[in-house]
Amino acid sequence: MPRSLLSSYLKKTDRFDEMLAEDGSVRASWHPFVAHLDAATPEQMRHRLDYVRRRILENGVTYNVYADPKGADRPWELDPLPLILSPVEWQELASAVTQRARLLNAVLKDLYGPQDLLKDGSLPPALVFGHNNFLWPCQAVQQPGETWLHLYAADLARSPDGRWWVIADRTQAPSGAGYALENRTIIGRVFPEQFRDLHVQHLASFFRELQDSLAYWAAPTSEAPLIVLLTPGPYNETYFEHAYLARYLGFPLVEGHDLTVRGECVYLRTLSGLRRVHAILRRLDDDYCDPLELRGDSALGVPGLLQAVRAGNVLVANALGSGLLESAALPGFLPGICEKLLGEPLKMPSVATWWCGEQAALEFTIDHLDELVIKGSYPSQRFDPIFGNELTGSKREAMIARLRARPQAYVAQELVNFSQAPAWSTTHARRLLPRGVGLRVFVAATPGGHVVMPGGLTRVSAVSNARVISMQRGGSSKDTWVLTDQAVNTFSLLKHSVGKADLVRGGRNLSSRVVESLYWFGRYAERCDKTSRLLRVALSRLVDAGVDTLPALISAVDLCRVLQLLPSAEAEANSATKAKAVAADWSREKQMLSAICSKEWGDGLAGDIRRLLWVATQVRERFSLDNWHAINRLQHQLQRYSEGMTEVAQPELGEALAFLDQVLLTSSSLAGFAMDNMTRDDGWRFLMIGRRIERLVFLANAVSGFLRLESARAAGSLEWLLELTDSIITYRSRYMIQPQVLPALDLIVFDEGNPHSVAFQLQILVRYLDNLTRLLGGPRDEALRSAGARLQSFDLGRFEGQSFTDCRGCDPCVDLAVMLGEISLAAAALSDRLAMRFFSHVGDVSRYTLAS
Amino acid sequence: MIAVNLLPARYHIVHETIYSYESPVSLSRQLLHLTPRDCAWQRCLAHQITVDPTVTAVRERLDCFGNPVMELAIEFPHDSLSVRAESTIDVLPHLPADALLALGACTPAITAGQARQPQSTTPGYLRASPAWESVREALAYGSRPVLLDAGCFQFESPYVRVKHEFAAYAQPCFTPGRPVLEAVQALMSRIYNEFEFDPEATTVATPVLKVLAEKRGVCQDFAHLMLSCLRSKGLAARYVSGYLLTHPPPGQPRMVGADASHAWVSVYCPELEGGRWVDFDPTNNLLPDTQHITLAWGRDFADVSPLRGVILGGDAHELDVAVTVTPIVKACDVALSEP
Repeated sequence: MPRSLLSSYLKKTDRFDEMLAEDGSVRASWHPFVAHLDAATPEQMRHRLDYVRRRILENGVTYNVYADPKGADRPWELDPLPLILSPVEWQELASAVTQRARLLNAVLKDLYGPQDLLKDGSLPPALVFGHNNFLWPCQAVQQPGETWLHLYAADLARSPDGRWWVIADRTQAPSGAGYALENRTIIGRVFPEQFRDLHVQHLASFFRELQDSLAYWAAPTSEAPLIVLLTPGPYNETYFEHAYLARYLGFPLVEGHDLTVRGECVYLRTLSGLRRVHAILRRLDDDYCDPLELRGDSALGVPGLLQAVRAGNVLVANALGSGLLESAALPGFLPGICEKLLGEPLKMPSVATWWCGEQAALEFTIDHLDELVIKGSYPSQRFDPIFGNELTGSKREAMIARLRARPQAYVAQELVNFSQAPAWSTTHARRLLPRGVGLRVFVAATPGGHVVMPGGLTRVSAVSNARVISMQRGGSSKDTWVLTDQAVNTFSLLKHSVGKADLVRGGRNLSSRVVESLYWFGRYAERCDKTSRLLRVALSRLVDAGVDTLPALISAVDLCRVLQLLPSAEAEANSATKAKAVAADWSREKQMLSAICSKEWGDGLAGDIRRLLWVATQVRERFSLDNWHAINRLQHQLQRYSEGMTEVAQPELGEALAFLDQVLLTSSSLAGFAMDNMTRDDGWRFLMIGRRIERLVFLANAVSGFLRLESARAAGSLEWLLELTDSIITYRSRYMIQPQVLPALDLIVFDEGNPHSVAFQLQILVRYLDNLTRLLGGPRDEALRSAGARLQSFDLGRFEGQSFTDCRGCDPCVDLAVMLGEISLAAAALSDRLAMRFFSHVGDVSRYTLAS
Repeated sequence: MIAVNLLPARYHIVHETIYSYESPVSLSRQLLHLTPRDCAWQRCLAHQITVDPTVTAVRERLDCFGNPVMELAIEFPHDSLSVRAESTIDVLPHLPADALLALGACTPAITAGQARQPQSTTPGYLRASPAWESVREALAYGSRPVLLDAGCFQFESPYVRVKHEFAAYAQPCFTPGRPVLEAVQALMSRIYNEFEFDPEATTVATPVLKVLAEKRGVCQDFAHLMLSCLRSKGLAARYVSGYLLTHPPPGQPRMVGADASHAWVSVYCPELEGGRWVDFDPTNNLLPDTQHITLAWGRDFADVSPLRGVILGGDAHELDVAVTVTPIVKACDVALSEP
């Protein structure tokens, strides 16, 4: 029997312990779980840790911290041990945060309406009129159901006596609910038996109620309301969550320029035209939502949105203006306001707060600086909390001078000792570490009253004696298990039935931006595949031969030049010195490696992979998790490969080949997902069109280039051409002879049954385009159809009896090369036409103008 | 002796704004603050806004400061946008005669449109205003009654900063116990004397701290600077957007800021019954009266800019603004006002 886990776990007297009672015994609600942990073998725990780590990595759950030296994407930490809360405790907590949500809603209603709280002195005008997030034009705007806060979150902490306190209110666009859901899906699988046996409440019904409430308050419509999730975009630190929630809730994920206001209604720009939007769940800060009436410098908003809200034509949740309540100074005034507005005492205290705008509070703050933390009154100040006891000498004097100069901008708060809970050690095999924890709980407004998410996001500090917990400070998180002594509710409370009118088929709500990104995703995926294939052809010949003078290798390198994977021969003569060096002085090996990833010449295959990953992030919510796993894998492979590259050392040939193999494997799974896993809507159609156009351009250019290359006449070249076009197997099964020019060209160019032939791409593109014309109208695209007809009329017999090895620019070769060149140009022109017709407005940016 | 005009002045105003775009604008939404608000000393007799091209949607309402605002949308491609606002307005002296007499300010002189130099002496009613510290106290949190109408204009706004630099600049004018309006007038004069009118020096994006440092700018800059000073002293002051007479009556100097929209400030001064807003024009160093026509007021330029819009497309654009203010001649003073 191994030593008990508890023997090394330190209970402290100056803070509350979530797991251990005063006398050091395990609390009843934790008991079964701790007993299980104690009995678990180290292997079991290691598997669990591995599972958590892998799932997080794979799901791409990232918390992007700006200016993080480790890179933009840093995996989000998740401790496998949940925070466990008993039913009694939860009930009390839930009733308190519900009251607070009601109260804050009433405060917003007053401050954007009659302002009685200001007139009677309950709240200083400075905290409203002096607050950047008091949106003046939102005054007197009516909210459906008088609801301002559709989703509210409170950050709670527990003091040493076991009472919960509110540390901060999240009213703008609370983040974390999606992360809580993500944590649950992972941890629920790590401890499935314990999760079931302990009667842990499920989270799903909370999201269903949020969904139903938004639909209820959405602008009136006879059909199913269209609700969208508005995100600032992939650069936002919680973008993952936006995409995750959008997919979970079934709302299209949109950015500001996907929406447009016409008249006084909001529309989503889709491929098939404008679609009316009835409600917007926003993750964009309210002041950025409408450059016409709010912040003019916002490029993220929707001009005219506020007027659409005013006219009652769209619901915005949370209401525009609700960011006002995210003020550290507000909590000090809430007990009085609660008595006044709700006629009842405030159930859960806020951490003791003094607003320095009051003379007495300012003097108190200066006298008790050591026991206080100083914060900015308004979130727009971007003022990092300062701990009074860390200030000495001139710094202390300077802080006091700042307080005196502009007292209303500062708030003093009591220091809170966060409670501690056990976290699983990531370094020791079997150990519990005490860590400070805070809890973010979520409340949704519904037509029938407020509901609390039975769970929440437990945030964990990196150290045990935490005073501030923030995800941006390298913290971690936990799943939150709220136990119930009743049956676990696995169903939604609100009955939600889908009628015939609610049925949705096809991608009617696809924004033009999404369609454009999917198109480019298709093109880059195919480009990565084809580039890797050509580089593999060349590198594998280099490895096999051991020398770089093999004729087939020379011709492959020449084709790389033609396709501009390497500087062209002409560049040697007149281009920049670096390109010249690549073309002339480097060994072929070095050249090939630089085409994968180099600083000297272009950005090679690595650049295309990066572009592929970038467009993928633009449409993150469109891909299944499995699809994402493949994309994430590609990112890690690229990262690992490029980390191996330094100023002096280049990767070995073997490594490079292995990398190309990995890329090709991933690329074929992406192709498989596209064929098998995606709904056949317009978005998918554009993705496939993108793939086909890219493949057509590559094939046409490659074969045309090949036919013009003198070096391609050498032995072994036709063989690699077949390999490059993934047709070698078919060739061998059809012809038991060495590759010859006539059958090879037939297979690669003319055979409509070969998915890797030029003719096949032409044929299938024509079919896709006809479908598009049928669905979206517009003229039939004839260019490819006629190109296909011309190709089929080419007389292959002209190659009969020709010896390719001896051919030096014979007529059939030149004619076919010219024809293929024309096909490549036609494909490029088609791409431009599609962009003009379906994507053209994406590059158009709204601009703000002022005239005096 | 200050001459006070007690007769209304009548004006015809044309404010024309033309945007010419390099490439077509496909979508445009504009918020217009071009309709003069009615107030105690001003009545709008006729008003009309003409837009070319024809707009798709128009909505008229009052903004949160009570200014009339028009929102319009053009939802088809267009190469230019022209907005012409035409108004006929009567402007009365800002302070009613009895109030002036009661304050011992002056003897009334009926001199409609007569020559008047920028003021250099302090009218009596400015001297009669309460000490500036008591005004600051009345506006502070905890004082009763809560002066909410003034409270709106006490804090920072997009173009106005509350910082010790501004308080320090105003300091010499705000000597202990000085009547608030006298102190404000002194501040106005200080700005007028120390700052250079220079349309090249600033744009709408120039921060007010830079205006303070470089001591040059246009009427909006001086208004924002003066507002920053007043609010940094704990007073309440608002931004007034309006017009000046384009061609002054004969014998008078042409005021700075004519031919375009003008801006000045208004300061809150509590009295027994509520409070009074008193206008100051730092660009011309005078107390606006019947030669200033009020269009709208707000916290700063951002709240009341005459045309604020968002366009899609257009590339570069050219902007032309022309303002013409003509006095409407009444029979009795034809001889005086004929240019």
